[in-house]
Amino acid sequence: MIPRWLRRLWDTATGRFGLIVVLLVALTALVSLFWTPFDPQASDIGDRWLAPSWPHLLGTDDTGRDILSLLMAGARTTVFVSVGAGIVATAVGIALAALGALTARWMRETVAVLVDILIAFPVLLIAMMISSVWGGSLWVVIWAVGIGFGVNIARVTRPELRRVQQSDFVLAARASGLTPAQSLVRHLLPNVAPVFIVQLSWSMAVAVLAEAGLSYLGFGASVVEPSWGLLLADLQRYIGVHPLSVIWPGLTITLTVLALNLLGDGLREATDPTLRHRGAETHTPAVVA
Amino acid sequence: MIRYALVRGALLIAGLLVSSVLIFLTLRVFPGDVAQLIAGTQASPAEVEALRESLGLNRPLFAQYADWIGGIFRGDLGTSLLSGASVGEELLLKAQVTVPLGIMSLLIAVLIAVPFGILAALLRNRRGGTALSVGAQTLAAVPVVWAGMMLVVVFSVWLGWLPPQGFPRTGWATPGRAIESLLLPALTIGIVEGAMLMRFVRSATLQAAGQDFVRTAAAKGLTRTRALIQHGIPAVGLSIVTVLGLQVAGIIVGSVVIEQLFTLPGIGRMLVADVGTRDLVKVQSELLVLTGFVLVVGFLVDLVHRAIDPRQREAA
Repeated sequence: MIPRWLRRLWDTATGRFGLIVVLLVALTALVSLFWTPFDPQASDIGDRWLAPSWPHLLGTDDTGRDILSLLMAGARTTVFVSVGAGIVATAVGIALAALGALTARWMRETVAVLVDILIAFPVLLIAMMISSVWGGSLWVVIWAVGIGFGVNIARVTRPELRRVQQSDFVLAARASGLTPAQSLVRHLLPNVAPVFIVQLSWSMAVAVLAEAGLSYLGFGASVVEPSWGLLLADLQRYIGVHPLSVIWPGLTITLTVLALNLLGDGLREATDPTLRHRGAETHTPAVVA
Repeated sequence: MIRYALVRGALLIAGLLVSSVLIFLTLRVFPGDVAQLIAGTQASPAEVEALRESLGLNRPLFAQYADWIGGIFRGDLGTSLLSGASVGEELLLKAQVTVPLGIMSLLIAVLIAVPFGILAALLRNRRGGTALSVGAQTLAAVPVVWAGMMLVVVFSVWLGWLPPQGFPRTGWATPGRAIESLLLPALTIGIVEGAMLMRFVRSATLQAAGQDFVRTAAAKGLTRTRALIQHGIPAVGLSIVTVLGLQVAGIIVGSVVIEQLFTLPGIGRMLVADVGTRDLVKVQSELLVLTGFVLVVGFLVDLVHRAIDPRQREAA
């Protein structure tokens, strides 16, 4: 059986677009593990700067690598980073939201103030802070986006968590002997899950942008890892001579980020009953990648 | 109002304190042996020890932190580990590029976002409005570095109107050339930030259109559009002020990447270079200056918002 929220998501044009493109990117990443048209790292000087044509559908770069294959392999990195960042953001978000909603009053308020402060830290600056000590890597991107966006998730989820916690059925559960931890898992988290999943989708969009930006700056993917941001940096050096080749990685990133944003918007419409009745006005979040 | 300013000011100070501690912990404490890290693996133990001595890393952590913060209060942001140059002086020099770039970007973002955002709201449910919204949504997903590359392709490579890279060595002594070289970078950041801001403007306008005072004005005989423009726009202005802090953070982040792309000698490029060479003393002060700036802007924005919103003024 298809769950109701999924059908509702599918019914909105934006949600459908988001879902299809995101699945396509994930599928591409999976396929690239077994097959790409060419070996993405194999250079062939004789074939450098080929225009888009058969068999190099999107052309080749300065060392004759096939751009389509590079993009397909780069999807792996994107999936890895965005899923990793999503997991970290979930952990940070749940921990901070629970600390900010369910603990003693002084603790709640300290955490709330802390979250308000941390939210001002741009993800990119967090990433640069980490890489100045441990050097750049994809893990830096994961940690930076995870922490940066986790704080954002905490801020959105905390009031929701508090509202559910004060509702009668949770009170009744507590009265019948459930420990706070049990009620967190059984009642609170399932009830804030919709808010959460929407944020997660947006945080993955931020992760894709951050990976591209940081890899471009040299603090993300290493030279041997296939990455869309790295490809942008590579092709940029020849922009005066071969201006059109930078289009492909840029379009790929834009499409992926757009899809994740729209998926988040669509999920929000599909899961938030108040939005459905008002005729939705959605908003992607206020976080700086 | 004064009470609010005091409370908000306390939060600002707490924010500065927390960020300075976080930066200090990350750069000085978590890495373990900072001297070894800076000196690299090839340094002899004696060299590492000398470096440790000169950085004051043998002293208690709290004293090191107090030194750093105390120095900042005296206007001393430390000296570069590699060149020995004063970080504060270099920051001031680089700010001559980054601050004008930021102001130009913000202006462009607002100039794009306000008219198009209001237009998108007025044309809601019509094809033009949908197209504007889709356009904004798409532009907001564009990586800023790629937006810059595409503008270079169009305006430098094809049309040859603007320089693709660089900043005149003469600096602001030749203001025409300086502005010319900042135009494409500012346009890049302005367009991407403007697309995000535009969506705020659109939803603020829509919200204003539903407000009683706009509907009353319309009922008294103004057309709906006129009512919205005459009475709704101030409310929209208010909501722009709220997200301004966010925009500033976005512009700072954008300038880090864009200064790299256009090889502009600004603060962002300085930070990237120092992170690359692990000049931790510089990175530490630069990060504090940047986050401090974001926090101070957030503080000012909240105060201004409070001061100009009549509803909040009465409540205070």
